[in-house]
Amino acid sequence: MTSTSRTPEGGRIDRATTVEFTFDGQTLTGHPGDTLASALLASGRHRVATSIKLGRPRGIAAAWAEDPGGLVQIEEPFPEPMLLATTVELHDGLAAHALPGQGRLADVPDSARYDAVHHHVDVLVVGAGPAGLAAALTAARAGARVALVDEQSEAGGSLLSGTDRLDGVPALQWVAAAVAELAGHPEVLHLQRTTAFGSYDDGFVLALERRTDHLGAAAPKHVSRQRVWRIRARSIVVATGAHERPVVFADNDRPGIMLAGAARTFLHRYGVLPGRQAVVFTTNDSAYDAALDLHRAGVRVQALVDARPEGSPRRREECEHAGIRVLSGAVVTGTQGVERVTHALVAPFADGEVGAGSAIACDLLLVSGGWNPAVHLFSQARGRLRYDEALGAFLPGEELDGLAVTGSAAGVFDLAGCLADGQRGAGAALGALAIPPAGEDRLPAAPEPVVPAAPLVLWRVPDTSGAEGSTSFVDLQRDATVADIARAVGAGLRSIEHVKRYTTIGTAHDQGKTSGVLTSGITAELLGIPVQDTGTTTFRPPYTPVAFAALAGRDRGRLFDPERVTALHEWHVAAGAVFEDVGQWKRPRYYPQPGEDMEAAVLRECAAARTGVGILDGSTLGKIDVQGPDAAVLLDLLYTNLMSSLKVGSVRYGVMCGVDGMVIDDGTVLRLAEDRFLVLTTTGGAAKILDWMEEWVQTEWPELRVHCTSVTEQWVTLPVVGPRSRDVVGAVFPQVDVSTEAFPFMTWRDTTLDGVPVRLARISFSGELAFEVYVNPWYAVAVWQRLLEAGRPYGITPYGTETMHVLRAEKGYPIIGQDTDGTVTPHDLGMAWAVSKKKPDFIGKRSFTRPANADPLRKQLVGLLPVDGQTVLPEGSQIVEFLPDGELPPPPVPMLGHVTSSYRSAALARPFALALVKGGRSRVGDTVHVPVDGTLVPVEVTGSVLVDPEGARRDG
Amino acid sequence: MQLIACPWCGPREEVEFSYGGQAHVPYPDDPGALSDEEWAHYVFFRANPKGRFAERWNHSAGCRRWFNAIRDTATYRFERVYRLDDPKPVIP
Repeated sequence: MTSTSRTPEGGRIDRATTVEFTFDGQTLTGHPGDTLASALLASGRHRVATSIKLGRPRGIAAAWAEDPGGLVQIEEPFPEPMLLATTVELHDGLAAHALPGQGRLADVPDSARYDAVHHHVDVLVVGAGPAGLAAALTAARAGARVALVDEQSEAGGSLLSGTDRLDGVPALQWVAAAVAELAGHPEVLHLQRTTAFGSYDDGFVLALERRTDHLGAAAPKHVSRQRVWRIRARSIVVATGAHERPVVFADNDRPGIMLAGAARTFLHRYGVLPGRQAVVFTTNDSAYDAALDLHRAGVRVQALVDARPEGSPRRREECEHAGIRVLSGAVVTGTQGVERVTHALVAPFADGEVGAGSAIACDLLLVSGGWNPAVHLFSQARGRLRYDEALGAFLPGEELDGLAVTGSAAGVFDLAGCLADGQRGAGAALGALAIPPAGEDRLPAAPEPVVPAAPLVLWRVPDTSGAEGSTSFVDLQRDATVADIARAVGAGLRSIEHVKRYTTIGTAHDQGKTSGVLTSGITAELLGIPVQDTGTTTFRPPYTPVAFAALAGRDRGRLFDPERVTALHEWHVAAGAVFEDVGQWKRPRYYPQPGEDMEAAVLRECAAARTGVGILDGSTLGKIDVQGPDAAVLLDLLYTNLMSSLKVGSVRYGVMCGVDGMVIDDGTVLRLAEDRFLVLTTTGGAAKILDWMEEWVQTEWPELRVHCTSVTEQWVTLPVVGPRSRDVVGAVFPQVDVSTEAFPFMTWRDTTLDGVPVRLARISFSGELAFEVYVNPWYAVAVWQRLLEAGRPYGITPYGTETMHVLRAEKGYPIIGQDTDGTVTPHDLGMAWAVSKKKPDFIGKRSFTRPANADPLRKQLVGLLPVDGQTVLPEGSQIVEFLPDGELPPPPVPMLGHVTSSYRSAALARPFALALVKGGRSRVGDTVHVPVDGTLVPVEVTGSVLVDPEGARRDG
Repeated sequence: MQLIACPWCGPREEVEFSYGGQAHVPYPDDPGALSDEEWAHYVFFRANPKGRFAERWNHSAGCRRWFNAIRDTATYRFERVYRLDDPKPVIP
């Protein structure tokens, strides 16, 4: 299909190359340099979407990210919903659909790569229009480290959309020279297609660079598709320009109605005539440029409708000289047409009153209600805005440290002024940073600015259509109208934030770029208060939508969170282990043999540990090396029991509490020397307990001569567990006397294996005779294999965390954080024996004497045996009690506690559980009930130690 | 995301730090001598002012040292940081 609306020449497109794309299945063509919107307009297509609530046809209403109309669904090269046709760069093979309201998410994974880069600069300039380029040149010439980011495909900003001249030549020649000069500065980073979408504290700006989107299927796979730049700038120059503001009138949403400045962009940048017959409706001088430029390009401008009583005398003369009819003191009151505008209804307008009108035929209606400075980044950085009565716009209302707003973002709208303001902004930044300015910093000569006639601030044209504002659209994306604002105000809402949420204006894809200030103005009018008092809604990042994939960057899948594996991980994988996540650790849960499920594997592993010998990879246990003359003093303060009396060579179990007296961790402590301990923590508590120690040492007891260091990853820990463990350990370490007499329970011995230091400890987390083998991780596989080899005659069985849990639960050993929940004291766990009565103080001690601690109804750790001998109670199940008459109490049924651990026991040949139960120890022997799948299962309360309560097995 | 000036490392990203609550709440010399109410105040009660507040911070992903700071809880601005052994500044 040939382009029907392309100009014969001009624009920033590559006319020598043609690219094919499809829209709604129709094959169309365009050129490199086009956006999807410009290519659609060039092919005569104005309608691209259907509105979400009302189903009205919508078209392209602006030329860039402020467009509220032209939302499309992209199908190829990758499905993406709700992109703006105006910001999608055209490439070969692009396939898009008109969007019926909502988009459709991709149902295939995004295989593109996304990444992030941190960057630090002296001066960040946002926007490469006249002000931004001038600022970047000034900063670069002074030798500052500069970043210049701009969201368009090429630098130039507003200069790309006009016919301005600088130094007597087309302004884009100056732009090209400026870009070339910046490229010659080694400390300048210049990024196009990069949107600064959020400004945060202390000069932190996030920017999204679209690196390969414009290449389509030709994008190289090794280059990330989009990149988030995390820029920390000592100073920021915001030169983000301004958005043109529409005027609201009845049926102002039809395809073919667009902002006047957008028409100039389509004409000058893309060589597109957005219509054949135009009506221009304005409240200010800027739209006269659009009327004149379109006229010169061959568009019949039917009328320029200026709402100001006197219009603009100077510009009127220019228009009339060109043969354009100017109607001053007139407004557009409505439109006709369905798929595209066919008529503008024009009527005289004076003192807020609309007279009798007439229809003017047109296929393009351009609108300008003035300009809103793009103050988003300033406002996100908590800059206060002020309302400018003359401009009808919100401007930066204060100076911010380290952030200067320049050019039209600051309300400067002439070219010479923008250049000078950019230079000034950068100069101020350099001054604040004490960077001396360059000797030579010349600005190009711009034409002497002409003072425009004062604009009229007009938010909306009174609705004479009879629709009472219900077709006067404020937010096209939300189908929200003047009538909706009136309804909000009528409902008593006065805050602009409430009006926004009631009407949903500004909550769509465009975040109110064209509708926000209109809403403030119309709301103020309806309330009869100054616009300054209404203010704006809060500007929040992101300025334009950012894909979650880009924010996630490389932090996806396996890279989302570190995986920690032990030195034996490959062995476990080869042995067919099923893994579970314990914090960031991958731990073997069980090792199924062919045909085994978890239950069968765990019963087999448990039986091996209780009757023969098992072996566990316990390397994830937290290990902290505590050294210094006051190491024992520190441990006495942190543990509930006495550690200073521990002999070198011995091991003691201990409990730590918070100041509130609740258990936070437990584990064993090895005294390595008078001034050195190895503290073992739970796997999950390793980092927390090291932090806890550091906090007390640094903040409360800095006089203690003690240092704490994590050695979790410096030692693997291999418990060899079961009645035959002595045979195995004795065989591998023949120089160690492993008899009970020579190597008693809760002691440790150092030895060597082929010259490699090894530490052995008689510690048991199962109640069985057990030896823990500690060795440097480099030798873990060799030592593990020697233990397996030596254990082969006894059927040594590797076991995982599930078996470890069953074995410890059978002995009533709690897991802190599973059997406890931050409301449990050592006494509640039946560990009063681990609480020192001798020590004058330790963390938590004072809390134990609170009256609540003596409450006999505190929840206590007990064992539960389901009476049927069959049911495995789900962990977390509630526990209830029948009344003496055998009935449940009336609802709400009082809860006695809950099941904290529950397993099937090989040793008991039945399921069992641990539970926290109110007054639990006084209930031993009672029968209580646990609801399971709608049935009340009777369970017997027992002591918490169900296997070997006498402790007869620990020495084999 | 603001920069926090660690007294040992200089200005670093906020995510490197963790918060430690109100500063200058020392562990009592003799907890056993306190009433339950006095002990409860030490364990549970902390000020929560709007405005300047003396707080504990830890450079947990950096040097792992604790320090104190005066921060405005309304603006989040750190007005000064100081070492644990420095006296509590007068908060205007």
